[in-house]
Amino acid sequence: MGRERIVNAALAVLLLGVPLWAHWAGEPFTITLATRAAILALAGVGLNLALGTGGLVSLGHAVFFGLGGYAMGILAHHAQTFTPLPLWDLPGTKSMPVIWLVAITGGALMAALIGALSLRSSGVYFIMLTLAFGQMCFYFAVSSPTYGGEDGLSIWVRNGFPGLNTLDPLQFFLLAYAVLMAVIWAMARIKASPFGLALAAARQSPARLDAVGARPFRLRLVAFVISGAVTALAGALFADLNRFVSPSMLSWQTSGELIVIVVLGGVARLYGPVAGAILLVTLEHYLGGISEYWQIALGAALLAVVLFARGGLIGALAGRPVAHD
Amino acid sequence: MSTVLLLEQLLNGLQFGVMLFLMAAGLTLIFGVMGLINLAHGSLYMIGAFAAASVAGFTGSFLLALMAALAAAAAAGALIEVTVIRRLYARDHLDQVLATFALILILSEGTRWLFGSFPLYLDVPAWLAGPVRLPGGIDYPRYRLAVIAVGLAVAGGLAWLIAGTRLGIRIRAGEADREMIAALGVDISRLYTLVFALGAALAGLAGALVGAIQSVQVGMGEPVLILAFVVIVIGGIGSIRGAFVGALLVGLTDTAGRVFMPILMQPLVGQQQAATVGSALASVAIYVLMALVLLVRPAGLYGRA
Amino acid sequence: MTEPGAILEVTGLRKRFGALQATDDVSLDLHAGEIHALIGPNGAGKSTLIGQISGALRPDAGRVAIAGQDVTAMDTAGRARLGLARTFQISALAMDMTVLQNVVLGVAGAQRGLWRFWRPALRDPALLAPARAALARTGLTGEAATQVAALSHGQRRRLELAMALVLRPRLFVMDEPLAGLGTDGSAALTRTLDTLRVEAPILLVEHDMDAVFRLADRISVLVEGRIVATGPPDAIRGDRDVRRAYLGEDGP
Repeated sequence: MGRERIVNAALAVLLLGVPLWAHWAGEPFTITLATRAAILALAGVGLNLALGTGGLVSLGHAVFFGLGGYAMGILAHHAQTFTPLPLWDLPGTKSMPVIWLVAITGGALMAALIGALSLRSSGVYFIMLTLAFGQMCFYFAVSSPTYGGEDGLSIWVRNGFPGLNTLDPLQFFLLAYAVLMAVIWAMARIKASPFGLALAAARQSPARLDAVGARPFRLRLVAFVISGAVTALAGALFADLNRFVSPSMLSWQTSGELIVIVVLGGVARLYGPVAGAILLVTLEHYLGGISEYWQIALGAALLAVVLFARGGLIGALAGRPVAHD
Repeated sequence: MSTVLLLEQLLNGLQFGVMLFLMAAGLTLIFGVMGLINLAHGSLYMIGAFAAASVAGFTGSFLLALMAALAAAAAAGALIEVTVIRRLYARDHLDQVLATFALILILSEGTRWLFGSFPLYLDVPAWLAGPVRLPGGIDYPRYRLAVIAVGLAVAGGLAWLIAGTRLGIRIRAGEADREMIAALGVDISRLYTLVFALGAALAGLAGALVGAIQSVQVGMGEPVLILAFVVIVIGGIGSIRGAFVGALLVGLTDTAGRVFMPILMQPLVGQQQAATVGSALASVAIYVLMALVLLVRPAGLYGRA
Repeated sequence: MTEPGAILEVTGLRKRFGALQATDDVSLDLHAGEIHALIGPNGAGKSTLIGQISGALRPDAGRVAIAGQDVTAMDTAGRARLGLARTFQISALAMDMTVLQNVVLGVAGAQRGLWRFWRPALRDPALLAPARAALARTGLTGEAATQVAALSHGQRRRLELAMALVLRPRLFVMDEPLAGLGTDGSAALTRTLDTLRVEAPILLVEHDMDAVFRLADRISVLVEGRIVATGPPDAIRGDRDVRRAYLGEDGP
């Protein structure tokens, strides 16, 4: 654990330090990049519970990311147009805590539904089912002209958080960073809990789990629900960062990118998604500045990681995972 | 709704279905024989379309264009099999998903770099242009009929290949027991390259044929790829027959949905929105079909449980 | 043959795979305090039978009961909760986890305590104490922090046993626990098994005939899916059908 802890701490400090420096140096765009990395990392942390610990290769996590985004978009849209929500005669809201709560609940419910249908299968079937359900939600979003259809929804002003000025890039970054750290801490607890052990064991040896009287399906479903809820929360923050949500947040490419974030950083590593998100955003920014075809380089890097460096960035820095305690 | 329109839509569904089959056959073969999930199959479709569009542009010959599509996709398939894919057979699905996702990024951006972001167009050749009068007085595009015929011919050819040739016996043996055919002295890595190139060629052919109906552009492969996944999940992964039945089911469901959903939606949401809402719900219909099939048969229609 | 009060009762079990009758009208039982060994040549259908008893396979016909309760329709997890502890022929362990984590998982499973999300499993005395006790009994205390992937084959066999112990089972179903152990390891584990029968009876599938005849109170011989003989070791040693099945002897 020793070396991985040091790497984790370094990542946490790096992600905090860069925007603080950028604030001092007067480079708000760098703060925005760091915020983007923190939010993508949060989405990856959600996915990592299912993908890393649970071994559930979901190629449909963009559903939850996009759902969180639309929770933000729809609530804020009704608030800014002073129209009530359909179905319930309630006003929209510009309050982040409320939006987050809706996103988390929606993500959890959607994950329960998709999980209940997909987790009965495994392996390739599971991958293809999550992909297909993701695509289904994508088309559904494209089809809803009320909320912008293909063009998506814009909001005029970023939503508010009590006691903070979210329009200030640094304050919004710190909010996202705090959420990320809180969720990582909670994930560490979950991973070390009896549930976390059982989930990891269900990946490594389902027969053993049966033999101790537990049913892998239920464990996986709960993990999938937690995973979906966290990714939805990240989606709400991501949409707030951009003040925009569109079906592209639900696309299968987004699902692929979320997996890339987890794997670039290190599958099943607590800070893997943080490393992966920092790496992805940095590559995107710098390579994207050099050539518009930067994704060729991203693809090549990804291939190299898959074929030759399977532990991802944290694996390269901290060596093989060491069991804790 | 008239019978003529109904029959026309039936043919449209059939045409879409056989195109999906060309994609799905390769995917399901590659999964059945090598145990590989290949997200980059859509890129091979795209490569076929681009090869056809460029060769048609240079030579003006549609047949040459089709041959170029087959050759380019098969060559690209063999190349990526030898360089990347064969390192993935022994890996878990996550590695396969990621590596083939990486291939999509490389192939898509590479194609954009070579051809630019503007779509290319592939013209239907003169000898296939225009409608043909079918029994019952239906005027139906000659080209689409030809596409259906090509698709059915390929399906027949594949069935013959699998059931009646030495290669087919080896492919079936490879599905059943990899160690066994290696022990029998079959050069397994050559067999795998061959199967992968065959699947790629079929995808390339599909891309070229569709390229004359839609525009040829980067990213055209992935929506088709996902539908092909739906097809093989419905049909049962690894089964060519399942891919065929699944492809026709999906093709017909999708087409029927696109035609009838807007009509069904009109009283609900009004004429203006019926088209958008209806077509989106039509795309959802396929997934509902898939969910229903899997509820009844978790391993697909022809899958081994 | 089956008496009331048996902890495990198997009656008329049948299972067919295509043309192969893998289990052919098998009845057997297991009583408190005994080790009942199941032997038979390769391909006799021992694993298929164990699969049906543990719940991994559905029989075509017949009945399995644990402590009088019909469990034929119950899945593996349900049978485990009723007190059936199984060890696997090929170790089924969480390879990336430590020895202690594996055993703690077993304890948590036995206590129905897997649905706890917050307290670290390895800091919970209620989970640690039984886990450490099981490790001590199987001689694995020194390996508690070792990753299972790094264990030797013999250590994995012992961990399999420790995983069964922490379930505090009503009965053990052990599939070749001695397989692949050297002479010393085999002797040590045989001694452990010997002391175990007082805690819960053992249905033992094993190829090591020395161990079987030393340990077993009763032996059943499975040949081509049928039980051809059941009885105390001495009776089995002299049984004509058994000799024929094993040695290919045609009896006089």
